[in-house]
Amino acid sequence: MEETKQFLTGAEVVVQACRDAGATSMYGYPITPGTEILSGWIRRAQGEKGLQYLQTEDEIAAGFAVCGAVIAGVKAFTATAGPGTVLMQDSLSMAEGMRLPVVVIDVQRGGPSSGTVIYSQQEVNLAIHGGNGEGQRIVYSPGNLSELYKHTRLAFNYAWQYRFPAIVLSDGFVMKTRQLVDWYWSEENVSPTPLISPDTQKNIRNIYTFEEELNAEIEKNQKDFELMGKKIQEAEENSEVGADILLVAHGLVAQAALVAAQMLRSQGKKISVWRPITLSPFPADSLNVAAEKHQKIVVVESSLGQLTALIKNSLRVGREVETILRPALGIEPEEIIKRLNV
Amino acid sequence: MFKYMDYKPAGFCPGCGYPVILRFLHTVLKENGWEKQAVLGLDIGCALLAWDFLPINTFQTHHGRVTCTMVGYKRSQPDSLSIACTGDGGAYAIGMQSLFWAALRNDPVTVIVVNNSVYGMTGGQTAPTTVVGLKTDTSPAGNEQTPVFGPELIRQMNKKAYLARTAVNEVGKLKEYLGKALVAQKEGRFSLVEVLSFCPTNWRTRGADTNVFLNERLKAVFNLGEL
Repeated sequence: MEETKQFLTGAEVVVQACRDAGATSMYGYPITPGTEILSGWIRRAQGEKGLQYLQTEDEIAAGFAVCGAVIAGVKAFTATAGPGTVLMQDSLSMAEGMRLPVVVIDVQRGGPSSGTVIYSQQEVNLAIHGGNGEGQRIVYSPGNLSELYKHTRLAFNYAWQYRFPAIVLSDGFVMKTRQLVDWYWSEENVSPTPLISPDTQKNIRNIYTFEEELNAEIEKNQKDFELMGKKIQEAEENSEVGADILLVAHGLVAQAALVAAQMLRSQGKKISVWRPITLSPFPADSLNVAAEKHQKIVVVESSLGQLTALIKNSLRVGREVETILRPALGIEPEEIIKRLNV
Repeated sequence: MFKYMDYKPAGFCPGCGYPVILRFLHTVLKENGWEKQAVLGLDIGCALLAWDFLPINTFQTHHGRVTCTMVGYKRSQPDSLSIACTGDGGAYAIGMQSLFWAALRNDPVTVIVVNNSVYGMTGGQTAPTTVVGLKTDTSPAGNEQTPVFGPELIRQMNKKAYLARTAVNEVGKLKEYLGKALVAQKEGRFSLVEVLSFCPTNWRTRGADTNVFLNERLKAVFNLGEL
């Protein structure tokens, strides 16, 4: 049997995942903590025929060059962070409006402004709703490196299958850490097909004359987005019968929440954990199923409430929602246990 | 020369120069058998109105972003003829960074810059190409800023590029330069043709006065020819 485990950094995992997903082109601009994806891809392209790359003049050009590449039918991607994610909104908005399968690896860092350069969970809103639109974007939040691999591949597949831009949220801790990575994958890659080619004569627009035209376009896209959501939205519930508290977190913090739960369980205390894997489309049904079994929800995140807002927006059952909010700070299991005070 | 049915009715203002430029572009493509290879990217600004004008592949981009989008397209489809059509503001103000870098890298794309000396779509504000002294919506006392001379600036950063400036009322040269620019792209070089164009709506000129404005105000400042 083929060995499917290897000891790698997050940036190495992203490069491998993009390559295995069939990506052949990267456009990017260096920014901490996502730079190693760009340099890693470029290093790889030195020895591998057919791999393209360009270090662009800024993130704006990187995003739009990816748009041009995917219109031409090439699986292309970019990676960015913080202020770069802000600049990337220009092209992401076009990708959303024109249904372009643009893939962005967003390695979150602290904000606002230049903020800090390693870690945060403050780009959730930016990833989903950073554009002048309705947030019709696929957003994954992997918790460890094996998931980073899997979700990056899923991001490419679903972007090309359903034609929505896809963002994989990560952070500098995940990017620079080294773990044993399981890259088991059994699905087929979705083939890239060009939007235009010498065989087509298409006129594609993103600006409309009448409000009704744009409204119809948004409604149609929303219908597609919701249909897709039923198939691709994903969450993980780790519930314990009889537990009162449901811990809710995403990404790296969800891993800390799971460890905190294990530690509490070893002391004989009951506690459950639920985490969204796709932040958009948001797995609301799964959240409500989990919430119903518990008295109280405690949201833990490295932000002042970007995940909390998503939770409150999707919660249909009346449950108390408490928060442990540590904007721009890493959260360790001990911290969660201390703040829970159970 | 033109068959009426080749084109949809132009969505541009009456007297606009864009349809003339687009039709000559199409003529060049057609005469050379390049229609299938050609992909026309459009900046946002008046250029967006060209989105369904020509019977070739076209797509709109964002304001100032057509050049970097076409760089991505061309690198992905090297056999295509990737053409970026943009106004003076999209090229030399908000999109200047990407335009210059495409030129510096000698990316084999063709940029058509329609220079009508104002921001047309938004109602006649001062553009990077507005001549000194002209009163505009945003320069009520007259523009003081020296205009940007795009092809001349780009020549300093790229010796191999095909660079030219002509005017919409010099159609012989317009057709010749567009053809040469596309040949340069086929040879792997960056190319840019700036076209001085009419904007009677924002110049507030009628009929012959529009021609006079272009000939006397713009041609006095912008040198025509290949660089």
